Order: sequence, then C-alpha cells, then structure tokens
Amino acid sequence: MAQISRDDVAHLAKLARVEMTPDELDHMATELDQILGAVKRVQEVATSDIAPTSHPLEMTNIFRADLVKPSLTNEEALSGAPAKAEERFKVPQILGEE
Amino acid sequence: MTNIHSSAAEMAAALSKNETTSVELTKLHLDQISKVDGKVHAFLHVDTEGALAQAAEVDAKRASGEQISPLAGVPLALKDVLTQKGIPTTAGSKILEGWRPPYDSTVVSKLKAAGVVILGKTNMDEFAMGSSTENSAYGTTQNPWDLSRIPGGSGGGSAAALASFQAPLAIGSDTGGSIRQPAALTGTVGVKPTYGGVSRYGVIAYSSSLDQIGPCARTVLDTALLHEVIAGHDERDSTSINAPVPQVVAAAKKLDVKGMKIGVIKELNGAGFQAGVIERFNESLDLLVANGAEIVEVSCPNFEYALAAYYLIAPSEASSNLARFDSMRYGLRVGDDGKRGAEEVMSITREAGFGKEVKRRIILGTYALSSGYYDAFYGSAQKVRTLVKQDFDAAFQMADVLVSPVTPTTAFKIGEKSDDPVAMYLSDIATIPVNMAGIGGMSLPCGLAAEDGLPVGFQIMSPVMQDDRMYRVGATLEAALVSKWGKPILANVPDLGGK
Repeated sequence: MAQISRDDVAHLAKLARVEMTPDELDHMATELDQILGAVKRVQEVATSDIAPTSHPLEMTNIFRADLVKPSLTNEEALSGAPAKAEERFKVPQILGEE
Repeated sequence: MTNIHSSAAEMAAALSKNETTSVELTKLHLDQISKVDGKVHAFLHVDTEGALAQAAEVDAKRASGEQISPLAGVPLALKDVLTQKGIPTTAGSKILEGWRPPYDSTVVSKLKAAGVVILGKTNMDEFAMGSSTENSAYGTTQNPWDLSRIPGGSGGGSAAALASFQAPLAIGSDTGGSIRQPAALTGTVGVKPTYGGVSRYGVIAYSSSLDQIGPCARTVLDTALLHEVIAGHDERDSTSINAPVPQVVAAAKKLDVKGMKIGVIKELNGAGFQAGVIERFNESLDLLVANGAEIVEVSCPNFEYALAAYYLIAPSEASSNLARFDSMRYGLRVGDDGKRGAEEVMSITREAGFGKEVKRRIILGTYALSSGYYDAFYGSAQKVRTLVKQDFDAAFQMADVLVSPVTPTTAFKIGEKSDDPVAMYLSDIATIPVNMAGIGGMSLPCGLAAEDGLPVGFQIMSPVMQDDRMYRVGATLEAALVSKWGKPILANVPDLGGK
C-alpha cells in the first residue's frame, strides 16, 4: 500500500506554504512514497527502551547578559528587503484574508 | 618558485620570505579562474576587486613589519553557504538570487582577520541538499578529472576549485558528507571538524544538529592550517564548544602513527563498494601497518540504519529552517500584485524559488514531523541516532581512530543518478554516521581506482574534540602514499589548458 497519496502531498504542500502544479504533485507523491519505503527501516530497531538523541552534544541552554551591543542599522537591515516603506519592511496584506 | 600548483604552506613561506606578494599570488589564481572555470564552473561569483584589495592590504601590512598570521595573503574559495558582507550569497538557490548579506559570518570574519584572501563564492547543491551539485539552481560543476562527471556535493564547487588549481584553500559545510564526499571524488582533502568546533554563525542553515563548517585543501597540513584559522568558540553560536581548539597543525607535522590502533569498520568495507575503491583502501591500511600502526576490526551494526535516519532528521530540520524564506525580509518575492495576501505570496514565491530536491525534502520533513507520524518517523530516527552514537562509543574503546572508504564508488556521470533520489542518497552511506554522532571526519586521497582511473577517498574518524588524531594519521598516510607514487595525486589531473 502506498505510504503517501497525492492528496497527502497536496495537504503537506499547503502546510509548508509551497504551491505545486498538478504535475509536480503526481511526481512528488511517487518519489516520496519510494523514499518513505526506504527510510521507514528506522522502525525496525527503534524500540521503546532506547532514548532519542536530538543533538550530538549534551548541552544546556547558554545565557548571556542582556546588554545593548552594536547591531545593523535600519538601512542595513532593510538592504535586502523585496519592498520597504517608511524605514520598515513592506509586506502584502496580512489582515483581511479569509 | 611558487605557482598555482604549490601548497598553501609553500605559498605562505614564499610570502614570508618576500619571494612573492599576495597581489601576485591572487592575480595568478584569478588568471587560472578565467582560464579554466568556463569548463569547471566551480565559482558562482568571483570578487576580483575585493580579493585584490584584500591582498594589497596584506602586502602593505607585511611591508610595514606588522605581525600577521601564517596564512596571510594566501587565496581561498568560499562555499556560497556562508555570508560575506556585500558579496552575493545564494546557497545555490534562486530564492536568494541577488541577495547581498549585510554582515559577515564568523568564519569569514576570522578569515579576514587572518588576512586570507577570499577569491569568490563556490557552487553547491541548493541549500547543501545533494551529492553532485546537480541540484544547484545555477548549473552543475564539472569534475576536473573528467568533465562529464560530477565533482560530488554539496560542496562540489570548493573541491573542484582546489583540484583545478583555482585556489589552494577552500571552505565547505558538511551535513552528511558535503565536504568529505566531494574531496574523495576530486582527489583533495576535506575535514568535517567535531560538531561545535567551528562557528555556524552566518551559515545558511540546512539541518542545524548536523551542519558543520570545515576546511578543504590539497594537503593535510594545509587543511590543518586552515582549520586552526576558522575553529574556536563563538558566543554567537549557542552550540559552539567552549574549549581549546585541538592542536591539529602540530598533529599534521608529527608523521608518526607507531602504536596507534586503527579500527576498520566491518560494515563499511565490502558489499556495495566498487572493487577499485576497496583495493586502494586496503593498500592504505597496509601502509599504515608498515608505519607501525595496528589494525583492529570493529563492528558498528546500527550504521545500516543511519542513512534512513538521516533522511528523516535532515529533511525535518530543513523544513523548519527553510521556513525563514518567506519573501518578507530578503530574497525573492513573486506574485505580490497588491491584491494577494501574505501567505499566498509566500507560497507562490517558494514555488518559484525552490528547486525540486529542496521541495522534496521540505515536504518529507513536514510529513515526518506531522502529528500521527512524528513518533513513527522522526522519533524513531532519533533513536537510531542514539544507536549510531553507541556504536561509535564502543568502537572508540577499541581503536584511536576509525577508518573506511569515503564513498562506495568513484565520481559518477552527470545525470546518472539525478532521477533516482534513493540511489543518490546512497553516495553518503559512509559519511553520514559521523554527522549523526557529531565526531570528526577526514577524507584523504588514497589513489586512483584501477577500473576508471578516478580518485578514491580514505576516511579517518576521530572522537569528539580529538580532531588532532585524524590529522596525525592522515598526514602520515599522505606522506607514505606520496612517497610511493613519487608525486602528489593531483599531478595526474588532466591539464584543462585554456592557455
């Protein structure tokens, strides 16, 4: 049985905010199904007695003093903005969407 | 007389004796880039003006008697995954086309402070996702050994630049083998330091718990010299290790492995590996024995699950990291017609800006992290990570370093695996466990495979923050190999001419 359907991929693409053409959805569903078939092998050895490792080193949170330090100017921070206005990032409308 | 074929150490020595200048050296390399890069396509951007200005500055400092660092004035190629202020930085993606970062990554700050001259930015698979550079949005890099073959990936541009004498030093990033696999396929040296050994500040993130920046060069000593320039604690990277940098330059000068125990990983030496790769690997083991090392066999039974775990962990982290490319603050924006909302513009932009493999991994990661599948996929992969670490811990009880071939095969043809993601992923089978455990790994050229005359890489792995061990073994083996061959391996690389 397929691990992942075309509809699943369409839903995931929506969650990930990536538009996909019908053709891309077809391809992606087949390829992901193959990949998932290969990677689900992890389940063979991942028994409940094994602790997960999220990071290679054991580390705890590191804190620093909350001090004002030199940082980018407004102009520098906005230098790569696709659109700007009044020294701010200008973005498409956020409110008023369904 | 130094020339573009010299090592970085030789160039540095010539500079300090005033036999040449950094401007002269930089010009030689810029000339070589203009001669051969039309064929190789290692660079995405060449900063002629900036490099010459930096070189002139180093020359002036040297003339005034100012104290300068050992590699000052030597040119370098920078993988396009690191920010350099004012210089186009794309990570091989259309979504960042034309972006000029307003700040330097820590590695670039350190290179600049050391007077290392940055020639330009090198090609890579988009966001470092790939093993061939075929996923770059700006075209594939060709392997200088055979222009119809891939140079490895993701750092194929940096490796190809070294192998075609366009730069004596380069920087790479290694998430699953992106430094070591290209080094192996181009006959160059590449090191993935211990995770946390080199700052990731200013590195465009792919998989944050696996990504590590490292040095690339044509000799072990050059790699070590560069390693010491870029390594060290950085308060801007919360996973940076606050401990002294391992003494890798001293280790690379030791040339002695007497009494060292070299562990051969049983599972990475046989089935699935090209005969010519295994032949060169075994020959190197004999040389190490002849130099007084002891070979022990170790078993890492869980490594066979590492690849599967990697292709869940890395895409999961990538799906989260790449959320920052939202078309709001920098990079591409498509479809903003004044009527569409922010989320719609975001989706259209990401469709237009991301390539196929990046989309594939974002979707795969989103799937592996979604509720209902999280435990079965991402959770299981994290458990495999524990098992891989345990395998390494046990193996390092029996050996000082571990070794294996770097890749199952030599460089494959462009296009050969681009339609088969699973086959492509297998290129990284021997390099991925190192990233999972956060240890150090080196790729060193150990000869040419008999069947195709292409370079083979020998991998040396050392425990966390014991990076000096792999340099010690690597330098000893390199010396033994070069003395056996009578010349460095890159003396065999075809002349790309253009004269």
